[in-house]
Amino acid sequence: MSRRRNSARRAGQGTGIGVGLATLYLSLLVLLPLGAVAWKAQSGGLAHAWGQVTAPQPWAALKMTLAVSVVVTLINVITGTLIAWVLVRDDFAGKRAVELLIDLPFALPTIVAGLVLLSLYGPTSPLHVDIAFTRLAIGLALLFVTLPFVVRTVQPVLMELDRDMESAAALLGASGLAVVRRVVLPNLLPAMLTGAGLAFGRAIGEFGSVSLLSGNLPFHTEVSAVNIYNQIQSDNPVGAAAQSTMLLAIAAVVLLALGLYRRRASRG
Amino acid sequence: MVSIEVPAVAAQKTPTRGKYLLRVVALGYLALLLLLPMALLCYRAFGHGLGALWSSFTTSEARSAVVVTLIVAGCAVALNTVFGVGAAILLVRRSFPGRRILDVLVDIPQAVSPIVVGLALILVYGKFGIVGGWLERHGIQLIFSLPGIVLATAFVSLPLVVRAVAPVLAELGDEQEQAARTLGASAWHTFRRVTLPSIRDALVYGVVLALARSLGEYGAVTVVSGRVVGKTLTMTLLIDDRLQNFDQQAAYSMAVLLALLAVGALLISRRLQSRARRLV
Amino acid sequence: MVAMPRTVVALVLASTAVVATACSSSTASSAGGGDVTLNLVAYSTPAPAYAKLIAAFQKTAAGEHVKFTQSYGASGDQSNAVANGQAADVVEFSLETDMTKLVKKNLVADDWNAGQYHGFVTDSVVVFVVRKGNPKDIKDWPDLVKSGIKVLTPNPFSSGSARWNILGAYGAAKKAGDSDQQAGDYLTSLFKNVPVQDASGAKALTDFTSGTGDVLISYENEAIYAQQKKQSVDYVVPNDTLLIENPIAVTTTTKHPQQAEAFLDFLYSKAGQQIFADTGYRPVVQGVTPKTGAFPTPSGLFTIGDLGGWHAATTKFFDPTNGVLTKIEKSLGVSTTK
Repeated sequence: MSRRRNSARRAGQGTGIGVGLATLYLSLLVLLPLGAVAWKAQSGGLAHAWGQVTAPQPWAALKMTLAVSVVVTLINVITGTLIAWVLVRDDFAGKRAVELLIDLPFALPTIVAGLVLLSLYGPTSPLHVDIAFTRLAIGLALLFVTLPFVVRTVQPVLMELDRDMESAAALLGASGLAVVRRVVLPNLLPAMLTGAGLAFGRAIGEFGSVSLLSGNLPFHTEVSAVNIYNQIQSDNPVGAAAQSTMLLAIAAVVLLALGLYRRRASRG
Repeated sequence: MVSIEVPAVAAQKTPTRGKYLLRVVALGYLALLLLLPMALLCYRAFGHGLGALWSSFTTSEARSAVVVTLIVAGCAVALNTVFGVGAAILLVRRSFPGRRILDVLVDIPQAVSPIVVGLALILVYGKFGIVGGWLERHGIQLIFSLPGIVLATAFVSLPLVVRAVAPVLAELGDEQEQAARTLGASAWHTFRRVTLPSIRDALVYGVVLALARSLGEYGAVTVVSGRVVGKTLTMTLLIDDRLQNFDQQAAYSMAVLLALLAVGALLISRRLQSRARRLV
Repeated sequence: MVAMPRTVVALVLASTAVVATACSSSTASSAGGGDVTLNLVAYSTPAPAYAKLIAAFQKTAAGEHVKFTQSYGASGDQSNAVANGQAADVVEFSLETDMTKLVKKNLVADDWNAGQYHGFVTDSVVVFVVRKGNPKDIKDWPDLVKSGIKVLTPNPFSSGSARWNILGAYGAAKKAGDSDQQAGDYLTSLFKNVPVQDASGAKALTDFTSGTGDVLISYENEAIYAQQKKQSVDYVVPNDTLLIENPIAVTTTTKHPQQAEAFLDFLYSKAGQQIFADTGYRPVVQGVTPKTGAFPTPSGLFTIGDLGGWHAATTKFFDPTNGVLTKIEKSLGVSTTK
């Protein structure tokens, strides 16, 4: 149980200045720039912006990006929970090392991730597995960079889980699988959803690793982030801004939806 | 709820078949996705001997890339540390209208694609941007120059210090601070002598995470950097550059350096995180 | 540990100082003592050439007090960066349209190409890059459309440099006697053999050397560069091929026009052109031969002028709605919008 001590919050000395400074920093660094993107997107009119998003190439990139991200997120929910389970409920030599390495995709530069995956699963693969320039490669890159998200949100919940319920259920005759399904998973669901949301948000915007591994073939393996980059470089800032706003909106909607669902799930 | 005495179900030392299967699947997945690629990276980087590795670090581009990256990461992390500690205190210890909004805003950078970060900063701070245009007339250039890269890096690592410090601050409770206040200490004095030492481990943990993130940023930097050799070419951009110039050894060497830095950062932060939690 | 907050404060002060210095240094263009700094922004492949050129220039009287900052990247990216405000005194790109982009923004003067060499400092030709030993025996353009051959070329709608390749292919077909329609059909067959269209020429080259494809359509100087970097590739110069011309100019925003022009003069001099030639670029000045022997002159060399000039060619081939390439890519399911 977390030992959260309730500290009364109050508007103490310096709060006003503090809030002002924090808001200023956030505004200058985050809010103003993101606002500029939305503003630029509609600077040619909303119809034009929509046209930029739904033009054949960007639209194909968006659909493909979303589809692969959804699949990757679902895989992560399963494997992430599985890995968290093994880390919490199992013990083996080298577990500490594995614990540490799970976080590696957080700290590793995306271009290094791409390089590393390309060398193992690309044309020069020592395993003779060449999946570079395919959608599979995109999925692989996204699985790599989103690996820690579900694991790290599920793990703490799993650790704090009260084992008595499981024992009771087992005693009452429930099979191991049923125990997991009926007792454990419902408790983990909110955490799994949080992790899924984070993973999805990360996946749809990924650039560095995918650009190295996917070949960026328009209509086949070009993701939204790469298309946006090309728009910037091709001197089409409105198109780039319109697509960026689309990505931001999708991320926001998904996170909101998951947040709402999570709140309902934890209450139920 | 009445606590029922039940025999421990899974108290065996030898794993059941199911457990073993789960372990194999999980570890196999991690091996294919994480361990094998990293192992190959080391092999490719060290494969031609330490001499080749070392010589790729001693080129002037490599050295200046490291310096540029360290400066950028240092600045970005310094900014986010000040912001991080301040925001954590505001979020945890203070109440004010819009506190929930601030809470949400801090997490926004995590959901933004790095390319969008670059675009956003160019639109505001570029030569033809709102703020950038004004600055340009006064002779200050941000984008395509070092400060632009600092901004991009600060953006992506913004939440890290806040999210490391805030939970620890919450769990600690403010009894000590209240005690100091009643004894007559000023707010600043309380902060320096009471709050800061208590969150020391969490703060350093957050700083290390932010540093690791800042050293490795690529997507946002690709957009806002001018790739000026020796001035705005970071380590990640150098990897890109070396790959396109068929200098695989240099690319892998730099990659392995960044990977080792990442692992090192994780090691330190893990230790600090557990220490910070234990003190609570 | 009370030292902690002091460390934080020190860090903040230090970083502010560094940032301030960086800010000021990025705008200052001369560091006292008569030294002048020129910002060179160029596309990626001439980087090794410029390393030598700058060193040689600095040994001359005109270049004695001139320092350089150098930036290299994909031609379109670099042009875009300058258009968006990156400081540049001298710019060199892989193709003319990247330069005209800057002319439109008044960053390069209208008369940049009014000089003796029309603003082009080096030439090259479209070639086929093949595996060492040319195992698939690729000799000429018709070989590229044989079944089973995998051809690499970047997407001409995201890579300006890819356009040289396409126009080379088209022009060669026309030279062989094809009508417009037949030449267009040739391009369609060619693209059927293209498995991957990278966003840039540089990326296409690295993909090829990493093992993808049987032949890469690229420039001669890129092939030579790859060979100098010990990549196991050969290249074939087809008889009918397009002359590639790389534009260079001094920007209108330069604070040191005199030194910038002096640098350009050096690049056009015999000494400068010799260095270019030795790194794989065809010189524009007569009487300069590379150390490794003269460049082969393709019997059927043609220029962009023969195809109507860049403006006409861009409209005819790459117009997003009606261009020849647009129709081809659409029929193959590949996109054409930038």
